[in-house]
Amino acid sequence: MILTKEQQAILDGAKGETMAKVMKTMVMYGDAFEAEKLVPITSNYNHLVTSFGLKVMSPVYDLMQQLLDAGVTSGQQFSVDPRPLDKNVPANFLQNFVFRKFMYTKQDFYEDQLNKLGLMDKDAFSCTCYMDEMGNKPRKGDVLSWAESSAVVYANSVLGARCNRNSGIIDIMGSIVGYVPYFGLLTDEGRKATWVVKVKTTKKPEAQLLGSAIGMKVMEDVPYVQGLDQWLGTELNDAACSYLKDFGAATASNGAVGLYHIENLTPEAVELGKSLIAEGAKEYIIDDAELQRVKDNYPVIWKKADAKPKLCFVGCPHLSLEQLKEWTDKIEAALKANGKKKICLPTVLTAAPKVLEAFNKTDYAPRLKATGVITSYICPLMYMNNPLCKKMPVITSSNKLRTYTSARYYTDEEILRAITKGGK
Amino acid sequence: MKQFQGRVVTPGEVTAEAVVTKQGFNTLASLQMALQFGDKEVKCGDQNNEELHGKPLIGKALCLPQTIGSTTGGLVLYCACAMERNPACMLFANHIDSLAAAGAVLADVWVDGITMPVIDCLGDEFLNYVKDGMKITVKANGLVCVE
Repeated sequence: MILTKEQQAILDGAKGETMAKVMKTMVMYGDAFEAEKLVPITSNYNHLVTSFGLKVMSPVYDLMQQLLDAGVTSGQQFSVDPRPLDKNVPANFLQNFVFRKFMYTKQDFYEDQLNKLGLMDKDAFSCTCYMDEMGNKPRKGDVLSWAESSAVVYANSVLGARCNRNSGIIDIMGSIVGYVPYFGLLTDEGRKATWVVKVKTTKKPEAQLLGSAIGMKVMEDVPYVQGLDQWLGTELNDAACSYLKDFGAATASNGAVGLYHIENLTPEAVELGKSLIAEGAKEYIIDDAELQRVKDNYPVIWKKADAKPKLCFVGCPHLSLEQLKEWTDKIEAALKANGKKKICLPTVLTAAPKVLEAFNKTDYAPRLKATGVITSYICPLMYMNNPLCKKMPVITSSNKLRTYTSARYYTDEEILRAITKGGK
Repeated sequence: MKQFQGRVVTPGEVTAEAVVTKQGFNTLASLQMALQFGDKEVKCGDQNNEELHGKPLIGKALCLPQTIGSTTGGLVLYCACAMERNPACMLFANHIDSLAAAGAVLADVWVDGITMPVIDCLGDEFLNYVKDGMKITVKANGLVCVE
């Protein structure tokens, strides 16, 4: 890798030993991908994936403390993934005990570290930092040092920013030195599609199921998706963006997709069309049967496969304002159709703090509350990642949550039926 | 015995028993529960990986195509190394992915005394040949001997 004089000086220790180690980390990271250079980060803000003060992650906090002790902080302010705890979310005595006395004992300590390192503000906790309400929305062409797989794939695909699938810690080290290595999804070549996915379903595919199928097939490659515009249209409106948010999160968690192109819809596909498809690209056809096959193959790891669900999470990644409104309408209508006033299964809709704040100013908020649904800023994944929840039959429409926890995947329609009528 | 020449991502020499997955290794799903709840064997917790689920990973030669999943992957691997709960080495058939590379580099730069050789670009033939329980020897130059 060829470094500028300034970069080389940092690596040689001109800004201290700790800064030199941070630079060494970024250089070695780039060397693993034969990166020729480091390029400046151009976004206004960074986004970090590590939001949780898990006791077991003490090596992370020790490292952050090393940075703070050396006076090394982020050159950019940043948002971070959702908080792992919220007292509004149902939890029994034992769960609360485990969460607060055993698992997340470092939460306050770590949030203090984040503040000192450059957290945007006290509500900057969401995996959907790019929502208008959250204020961390990169411009097309911006170079980022973000982590959080669902945010990275959204920023690359829907916003046209440029970011690799950086890991936690690498994310902040990029904005400490102000540079990231130039490789992969930062380059034009790396943004070319090596898969052509043809969507031939008879109805609009469930976003999280389609994303799962594509993620599992293409893994870390870039897919160019044809046929989805017939269901989403050709305008990146709220509905399309929400769909692509959920779709992308599933591609990134069920596989390792960092960028996708949707023909006639996402910015680079609109601008460059089929010239984005690399020579020799492979083909994957998705029809109704293929989606069913994918869904049927999800393992059910509940102790009793036919157990009655005890909790439902919707909103991983966090819901948009429009999605909160849609769910309110759908739940109200389904309850009315079933002759009920309240949902029959504890249900949590999750969204970013500032999205919830905006939602609470609308007349939808009291309507949703009246159905018995709880809203929260929590990270459902962090809530679920413990042996107590593993024993608990939880349902979700999130394929990301399904992948990382024992939660069982239901389509939106199945979720609606389960929470307003009972059963599947 | 068969030898495969790979590319050194982080250096080192080690001999260990192979555990093999032909599908992407989801670092967060595989390691989190084991690290969090003190499983000394570091059994793989990824329900979606039938080849590895429930198998001990600590001290093993983890043979894989690449890692997948959450971008916490690198820091989870870093934590595993810092807590001395890591595989003995990681052997990638494909080019290493950004999350695994991050974990390997973070461990190499920031964890004192750690040696977890990481070799990539070993090829599909490597992954087709190697089986659970085989003896793996990693040389400093990226040569991987399987017997």
